[in-house]
Amino acid sequence: MTTTHPHPVIAAAPGLRDRRSNALREGWLIAGRDLLHWVREPWGLVFGLAFNLMLILMFGFLFGGAIEVPGGGDYISYLLPGMFALAMLFGLEGTMTAMAEDAKRGITDRFRSLPISSTSVALGRAIADLANSVLGLAVLMVGGLLIGWRPTTGPAEIALGVLLLLWLRFSLLWLGIFLGLRFRGAGATTAVQVLVWPIGFLSTVFVSAETMPGWLGVIASWNPVSATATAARELFGNPTGVTSGWLAEHAVLAASVWPLAITLVFLPLAATAYRRLRR
Amino acid sequence: MGASLHSPYAVRFKNNPVQRTLKESDTQKSGSNPSPTLEAAGLRKHYGRTQALDGFDLTVAAGTVHGLLGPNGAGKTTAVRCLTTLTELDEGTATIAGLAVRRRPRAVRERIGLVGQFHAVDEALTARQNLTLFARLSGLSKPKAVQRSEALLEAFALADAATRAVSGFSGGMRRRLDIAASLVLTPAILFLDEPTTGLDPRGRATVWQAVREVAAAGTTVLLTTQYLDEADQLADRISVMDHGRVIAEGTPAELKRRIGGDRVDAALADGGRLAEAARVVGDATGAETSVDRDTRTITVEVADGGKALTSIVRALDAASLEVDDLALRRPTLDEVFLHLTAPAEDRDTPRTALTSEEAR
Ligand SMILES: Nc1ncnc2c1ncn2[C@@H]1O[C@H](COP(=O)(O)OP(=O)(O)OP(=O)(O)O)[C@@H](O)[C@H]1O
Ligand SMILES: [Mg+2]
Repeated sequence: MTTTHPHPVIAAAPGLRDRRSNALREGWLIAGRDLLHWVREPWGLVFGLAFNLMLILMFGFLFGGAIEVPGGGDYISYLLPGMFALAMLFGLEGTMTAMAEDAKRGITDRFRSLPISSTSVALGRAIADLANSVLGLAVLMVGGLLIGWRPTTGPAEIALGVLLLLWLRFSLLWLGIFLGLRFRGAGATTAVQVLVWPIGFLSTVFVSAETMPGWLGVIASWNPVSATATAARELFGNPTGVTSGWLAEHAVLAASVWPLAITLVFLPLAATAYRRLRR
Repeated sequence: MGASLHSPYAVRFKNNPVQRTLKESDTQKSGSNPSPTLEAAGLRKHYGRTQALDGFDLTVAAGTVHGLLGPNGAGKTTAVRCLTTLTELDEGTATIAGLAVRRRPRAVRERIGLVGQFHAVDEALTARQNLTLFARLSGLSKPKAVQRSEALLEAFALADAATRAVSGFSGGMRRRLDIAASLVLTPAILFLDEPTTGLDPRGRATVWQAVREVAAAGTTVLLTTQYLDEADQLADRISVMDHGRVIAEGTPAELKRRIGGDRVDAALADGGRLAEAARVVGDATGAETSVDRDTRTITVEVADGGKALTSIVRALDAASLEVDDLALRRPTLDEVFLHLTAPAEDRDTPRTALTSEEAR
């Protein structure tokens, strides 16, 4: 066997570390990994954005003519805020897949073997996915403007509308992280990919609850996605399709409380699932 | 192979107590270091009804390479995961660099490097991006992380591939990147879980060379493997484990003494004369032979392989027995287990029933 000389790099002195552990910094670094993915393999990102644009074109023009909005108003103006909310829901699947993949591939274990804060991994996921959703929302809004959607209110209301949309996305992050850590098989990811559709359709994203059969309308108006969609419509000055009932008066409240409830339930569950990786 | 991994520098390190060249001898290094880098006693861990660790004990002296040898399912990965804080222990105490693994996981993580059984680098990123990310996460400032990454890429012969996506790397390159990523902070102990499983011989050689570099730099290494020759090549001491506990421990030389020497396999051309050939080989070597009728192979355990091979050839030739194949080899893992687990009188019945797949 060959003899080996100590390599200066490999033998570098321990205690090189010059930053204290800081969850925010570490979360930011971990999120930076996703940003690098977008740059290195942009097709996934581009396809995701194109898919949402395709949906607004399809529903806006293919079905738009046949759909009447209760309380009046143009369908494209009704549809777009709903599509924004739907895009927030669809983000769930991305969070779950990313979380499950990293756990399966050992990347999560690598992170867990580093001297970093136990919240950094989830924080990184949250930052990256919120950034993704901000970008997705921006693209959808530009697309909406191009096909005739117009917010008619002031900047403060519009900003609040955007915030409520991202608030929904934020709450779904924890659901996604929980599901991704808890159910790592490919089957689970597929199940979520499929299940977001009925959840999306059983809402007021595409049609008003008032045009649905009674019980379906009840489910649809209690759907968190509907709350956010209705609040966004209201805040953007678009037709809401809601003429009476509790949601007509309290859409913004509902869109604030629903995500809060989801967060309160699933953030602790996500944290527990992360800790249970130690089992 | 591996020449590119060689360092052109010959540098002395103040904080590198163990200056060593690997494999000069099989005897234990100095042996006088009072506080071992790793100490584990009575580790237990179960998964459902599987007792993955069942009273696992291990001591690794500072500056040594310790091999943990065992078949599939022996509990090697579980042991490594428990020692590196990834998995919670049911019972037992473990310390790394004097720190209790269960009570001070965070501090322990500052002092360990882990190369897991499955590649834990980001496939979509380049080698450089991976290293910089892990360096910054380990607490280095950006300029230092960049500097450290470049140096590690150089040290592990990855500089030429630095800007390529890891997804296009060979198995050996990935492993070396994995090892480099675990050395960002120069750990007190580096854990390597089956670092060469699934690699081709060339990849294996480069990983061995990388491990030697790490060891030569004075870093303590715990390495798991299913291959006796790998443990023999790299380790100062070997623990053999099965069913969640260590069943034998010693230097490679000590273990080989217990396991017996090399084996010679002689495959006969004529299956009809197997018994006669076995007698001839037995007389030539003075050792007991075993016969496998299906493959017409006579196996004999020998102390001095080279000498034995010559006398076997002479004896077979003198008896005009023709051989198809004649090979000198190391004991396989199931032969090792046979020796270590079976009482001397009935070594023909292995306690651990290894399938041929498990025994590779
Ligand atoms: N997460 C887990 N859940 C359930 N059982 C597990 C888990 N991890 C390990 N086991 C079981 O514990 C035992 C020891 O497994 P371990 O992976 O530690 O063995 P190993 O020596 O690393 O094997 P290999 O050489 O195949 O990597 C096996 O029976 C295995 O099936
Ligand atoms: Mg293993």
